[in-house]
Amino acid sequence: MPEQKTYRVLIGKPGLDGHDRGAKFLARALRDAGFEVVYTGIRRTPEEIAAAAVQEDVSAVGLSSLSGAHLRLFPAVVEALKNSGAGDIPVLGGGVIPDEDIGLLKDAGINEVFTPGTPVEQIIAAFRSACETQEARRT
Amino acid sequence: MGKHSEYKDWEDKELASSLNRFPERKERFNNHGGEEIARLAVPDQIDEEYIEKIGFPGRFPYTRGVQPTMYRGRLWTMRQYAGFSTASESNLRYRYLLDQGTTGLSIAFDLPTQIGYDSDHPMAEGEVGKVGVAIDSLADMELLFDQIPLDKVSTSMTINAPAAVLLAMYVAVAEKQGVESSKLKGTIQNDILKEYVARGTYIFPPKPSLRLITDIFRWCTDHSPAFNTISISGYHIREAGSTAVQEVAFTLANGITYVQAALDAGLELDNFARRLSFFFNASSDLLEEVAKFRAARRLWARIMKGRFNAMKPASLMLRFHTQTAGYTLTAQQIDNNIVRVALQALSAVLGGTQSLHTNSRDEALSLPTEDSVRTALRTQQVIAHESGVASSVDPLAGSYFIEELTDRIEAEASELIAKIDKAGGVVAAIEEGFIQRQIENSAYEYQQEIEKGERIVVGVNEFKIDEESKPPLLRVDPEVENSQIHGLKELREKRNNKNVEEALANLSACARNTSNLMPEILAAVKTYATLGEICQVLRNEFGEYRG
Repeated sequence: MPEQKTYRVLIGKPGLDGHDRGAKFLARALRDAGFEVVYTGIRRTPEEIAAAAVQEDVSAVGLSSLSGAHLRLFPAVVEALKNSGAGDIPVLGGGVIPDEDIGLLKDAGINEVFTPGTPVEQIIAAFRSACETQEARRT
Repeated sequence: MGKHSEYKDWEDKELASSLNRFPERKERFNNHGGEEIARLAVPDQIDEEYIEKIGFPGRFPYTRGVQPTMYRGRLWTMRQYAGFSTASESNLRYRYLLDQGTTGLSIAFDLPTQIGYDSDHPMAEGEVGKVGVAIDSLADMELLFDQIPLDKVSTSMTINAPAAVLLAMYVAVAEKQGVESSKLKGTIQNDILKEYVARGTYIFPPKPSLRLITDIFRWCTDHSPAFNTISISGYHIREAGSTAVQEVAFTLANGITYVQAALDAGLELDNFARRLSFFFNASSDLLEEVAKFRAARRLWARIMKGRFNAMKPASLMLRFHTQTAGYTLTAQQIDNNIVRVALQALSAVLGGTQSLHTNSRDEALSLPTEDSVRTALRTQQVIAHESGVASSVDPLAGSYFIEELTDRIEAEASELIAKIDKAGGVVAAIEEGFIQRQIENSAYEYQQEIEKGERIVVGVNEFKIDEESKPPLLRVDPEVENSQIHGLKELREKRNNKNVEEALANLSACARNTSNLMPEILAAVKTYATLGEICQVLRNEFGEYRG
C-alpha cells in the first residue's frame, strides 16, 4: 500500500454559532486519520477563515454551522477565499442543513455538504479526495 | 412499631405547612380500582443512614425533592423554549402556546441579540431571527409581549452576556403594562461561566461578567425578589459532550463561583441564594438521569450548608429546569425522536424537576413546526395526567440501583469539584483549559462509540431505512433581517438621540466605578438605546473575551 500523504486542512466556524461539538470531533478524527488540522475556534468571520486558510496553506476548508446561517456564510467563505487569491481551495460544509439547501450550497461552490448522522469515515474520505484533487491541480 | 420520630417530625412540620399553604391537586390520588396511591413510600425501618442520605422531600438533604408533596401539590411548569424571526411573529407563537396549555414562557433570542449586536452589525449577517427572536430595542420587546400580561405569566429568558439589558427591557415593558417589577416572575439564564466552556455566547472577560451578574443579584433582591436571577446551566455542558457526572460537577462548581462572587460583593447569602436556579439536561440513560438529578440536589444542599453555612431551607434547595437532550435527536426517522423525548422527559419528572421543556421531533433538521411543538407539549401532558408518576413523591427512592448510582454520581462529582478547587477555581480551570478538555474528551469517546457501532443509535447506525418523504420544515424568511434593519433605522431617527447619548454616557461612567449597573442600563433602555449600543459601551469599558 502506498504511503498516504499528510494533508493540512482547516476547520472553521463562521458566524455566531457556538455549537462546536461536531467541529471539534471532526478535527480530532481527521488528525487521527493522519491529517494536520487547524481549528479556528468559534465566531469567526468569513474573511478571518479565508485569511487563516491562506496563511496556513491548507489543502481544504471544512465549515460547520448549526444556526441556520449556512446559506449566507458558507458562500461568503468561498467568496473571501477567491478575494484572497485562494479560490482553488475546496470548501466542504456540514451542520443542521435542510436537504433542499444542499443544491444551493453546491451551486455556490461548496464541494460537499454533510448532514447529521453522516458516518465520519465518509467525511474523512471526502476530505482526502478534495485534498488530492487540489494537490493534483496545483502540481 | 410506631413511626420514626423524624418521619413524624417531617409530617408535623414541612408536610403540614405545605398542605396548609398549597392543598394537593386532588383530595385522594387513586388507581383504577379506587385504591389510594401513597404520597410517600418509606422503608419499614427508618435508620440514620436513610435520614442522612435519602430523608424526606422538602427537608435536608432534599434527595427526594424540594417540596413535601411535589407534583401532588402542583405539576411542574411546562415551559416550551420558543422564539424565531421577528418579535411580532414570536408573540403569535407564545400566545398559541399559552392557548395550548403551556404554563410558562421561555424566550429564545437570536445569536446577534445573545452576543450584544444589533441586527445591522456586520457580525449579525445571516443570523438575524434564525435561532430565536431578534431584539434590538425596547420597541421590539414591547411587540414581543403584546397582550401577554406580565403579572400573570412567568417568563424564562435564555440570555447570558447581555442579561442585564434584556431584564431591564422586560422590567420596562412591565412598567408600561402597569405591572411593578416586584410582581414579576421568571428567570434569566445569566450564567456566563458555561458560555466560556460550552455555549459560546460570551462578550466580556470573566471579571466584569461576574460583576454584571452580582449587580443583577443585588438589584433583583431589592426590586424583583420573585425573579430567579440566574439559571446555572449544566444543559449546554452536557450538549457539548460531557458525561452526567461532569455535568453535575461543572454546574455546581459554577454555582459555587457565583455564590462566592456575590459574597465577595457584599451580598447577604440568604438574600440571594434562594433565587439561584439550575438547568439540567435529560439525556437518554433513564436511570442514570434520575440518579443524577437526585445526586445534584443532595450535593448542592451539602455544599450550601457545609461550605457556605447557609441556614435557610430556601438557600439549600436546588430547584431546576430540565430540557430533553438535543444532541440525542436524529435527523433519520424523526418520529423516533418523540419516543426518545418521552423517556427523557420521564427521567426529569422521576428526578423531581420544577419545569420542563420537551424537544420537538424535527429539531435535528430545523426549528420545530407548530405541529411538532404541540406533540412535544402533549408528551409532558401524557406523563402528567396519564402515566401516574406524578401521584407519588420520588417513587424510585430506595431502589438499590438508583440509590447506589445516586451515591456514586455525588461522590464522583465531588471529586471533580475538589480538582477544580485545587486548580484555583472555575475561572482558573477555564483559563487553563481543564474543563474544556474534559468535555471534549468525553464527546470524542461518545462519538467514537457511535462510529464504531459500539453504541447503537436507532435509525442512524442500526435499524436504518431508506427515507423518501421529507417532513415539512419551518424556515425563517431571510426578509426578517432587512425588516429588522429597517426598523432600527426608523427607531434611530424617531427617538430622542440626545437622551440616548446622555444615558449611554452615564452608563459608561458607571462602568468605570463600582456602582450597580442595573439602574443605568434600565435608564438607557427606556430612551430606546439599542442593545448593540448599550453593549458597545460596555465592550469599550470592559474589553472583549476571545475564546
